[in-house]
Amino acid sequence: MGDEVDQPRKIKLVRDLPDKLFRGVASAGGVTVLLIMLLVGTFLALKAAPALHQAGFSFFTTQAWNPDGRHFGVAALLVGTVLIALVAVTIAVPLSTATALYITEYAPGRMKTILIGVIDLMAAIPSVVYGLWGFFFLQSRLAPVAAWIAQHFGWIPIFKVKGVDGHQPISSLTLFTSSTLIAGLVVGMMITPVITSIMREVFSQVPVGEREAALGLGGTKAGVIRTVVLPFGKGGMIGGTMLGLGRALGETIAVYMIISPVFTIQPHILQSGAISVSSLIALQFAESNSFGLSALMAAGLTLFLITLLINFAASSVVARSRSGASS
Amino acid sequence: MSTIPQQPEAKQRSDVGQPTTYLPQADPDIVTVPQVRRMTGGVRIGDALSLVGAILAALALATIVSSQIAPIRGFLAFFLVTYALFLVIYALLVWLDEPPSVVADRVVAVLVQSGAFVLVLALTSVLTYTVIRGRSAVVHSNLLTRDMTTTGPLDPLTSGGVSHAIVGTLIQISIALAITIPLGITAALFLTEVPGPFARFTRTIVEAMTALPSIVAGLFILSSFILVLGFDKSGLAAGLAITVMMLPIMIRAADVVFRLVPSTLKEASLALGAGQFRTVLNVVLPTARGGLTTAIILATARGIGETSPVLLTAGYTASLNRNPLTGPMVSLPLAVFEFVKSPEPTMVARGFGTAVVLMLLVLILFVSARIIGSQDVAKRARRRQQRKAVRGVVAGLVSRFRPATADVATSSPTSTRSSDA
Repeated sequence: MGDEVDQPRKIKLVRDLPDKLFRGVASAGGVTVLLIMLLVGTFLALKAAPALHQAGFSFFTTQAWNPDGRHFGVAALLVGTVLIALVAVTIAVPLSTATALYITEYAPGRMKTILIGVIDLMAAIPSVVYGLWGFFFLQSRLAPVAAWIAQHFGWIPIFKVKGVDGHQPISSLTLFTSSTLIAGLVVGMMITPVITSIMREVFSQVPVGEREAALGLGGTKAGVIRTVVLPFGKGGMIGGTMLGLGRALGETIAVYMIISPVFTIQPHILQSGAISVSSLIALQFAESNSFGLSALMAAGLTLFLITLLINFAASSVVARSRSGASS
Repeated sequence: MSTIPQQPEAKQRSDVGQPTTYLPQADPDIVTVPQVRRMTGGVRIGDALSLVGAILAALALATIVSSQIAPIRGFLAFFLVTYALFLVIYALLVWLDEPPSVVADRVVAVLVQSGAFVLVLALTSVLTYTVIRGRSAVVHSNLLTRDMTTTGPLDPLTSGGVSHAIVGTLIQISIALAITIPLGITAALFLTEVPGPFARFTRTIVEAMTALPSIVAGLFILSSFILVLGFDKSGLAAGLAITVMMLPIMIRAADVVFRLVPSTLKEASLALGAGQFRTVLNVVLPTARGGLTTAIILATARGIGETSPVLLTAGYTASLNRNPLTGPMVSLPLAVFEFVKSPEPTMVARGFGTAVVLMLLVLILFVSARIIGSQDVAKRARRRQQRKAVRGVVAGLVSRFRPATADVATSSPTSTRSSDA
């Protein structure tokens, strides 16, 4: 008896025909999806090649968009896109953090469910509706605020508006419509629900034990938020913000409806005139010849690569954080 | 003996032999006040007063600032200044009679609550403003039944409509769903059921593609389907563009749902001798059904609202086109976009009306997703049992009141048995 030692048995996995078929079909589905996703990049690159070949490196430094005159580049477009996205994120992140904290920390039970529903619904509202709101509702109400900021804080470079002097009364509010600020605000409203729902998810995973430990040590609610909730949710907050940034960079219709396009770098966010890559594509694709389309494809490819990069970074940040990648 | 020194009487009587319990007697000299449960929450009058005082002071100060020091135009600017002043004054008031940690707590509470309030206010204004502006167009039923073939920009709202856009939206989203649902679910099953480095790679790519700018999806279809393969701009092309945009969203949501299926259920099925395919078919898919439906509906809502891929691939038409293979086909968001580009107020009103129709469509989808998503397996089973019980009772009643047949004597035991079933 004693010398018979149990040997671990070799397990041989035998799959029957339906299982093999299932795994085959599922893998084929996975491969198809992967192929489609790779095709997106490939086709764009293929179609963008003539324009990129023509323009060379000046594609990234030229501040103009005149493909027929062979003079075009994404320098102004990229700056404009990033500025709009930055304004959007600057507005969306504090709002989302406050709302997510309100939902997880402050709201009474019923309010919580209602708010979660409202936020999720807002994430599903079409962007064209936000565009309508921004153009017809927000613009006329925000222009006086922009004028006030320009008049009193014009000495800060990004708030400077040409033709506005701190001592002169402002002649017309049209200087302040169709600006980067308004476009960014509308995009910010669009990405806020997305960021909020990610943050809420993360904040609700904070271990109750740690929360109660902080309260038991005499911490106030603000203390609990500062020392427990925010450190725990940091990864999710950064990840959610970057996902929102990715959405903001790619937003087309709402931006298109609001801005009046300019093709030089426009760093003054209050001043009328702004541009983004995606709105340029929507603006110009109809009247472009094949070379113009190729140039637009090149711009689209640039945008695509940037959002891809930001999204990769976002998902790796979320996955490495303590709250994990469960959402 | 020494264990109960406080009760000498008990020691004296211990020789009786019977173990007895003595209850301590209440001392009549001590007057006991009934304990009142203390309120740990609630509002102290001082806190409420400092809040109200801060609001009043901020309003007054903002009026002075805006009228005397730095003139402000518009309500929004006035509100912002008031808010900033309110924060400072409130912090100051609390600081007068509370320690700094409480000051921080109050300020954070105000910031968080007002942030949430502003967001809800802004989002509500998006909805209400659209509905208010679209009201004049929505009340005319021809918005839903006519197309724009014979309607010019100057025609009143009683002529023309967006039936062509509604049909177009439905056709395009059907094409997208016909591809997205089977392919998306298969791919999500691949990610969870056939794990390995390749599945991990695919998952990374899919997750990165969820932020694919929708205009890039349109550009892709424009460059491949229309320019390289030589098809026209059509409903099919728009459907494909929406597919490319929806597919990563769908896969990611389905992947999360599949990962939430308890592994114990799957292991139980495998332990009973079922193969992987049987397990997926009989355990994974039924368990995930509610979540999958929610994922599909939410992806549909996203797909319906997308304008930019359709703008690049569908073309624009004012007439009804039921054929997705040839000719341009307009969708609801695209129609909104084209209407409001017009300078005519009636066209803009029509655009808002179309936006209301679009939002209603999204709302219906969203609410149905909520209802389906809130039903888990347990709830479904309970309802099935309730239905069964009701059916049993009904069957019992029916058999009881059935007109007397040959075996009247046995009818009543039968009915009790059927109602038990």
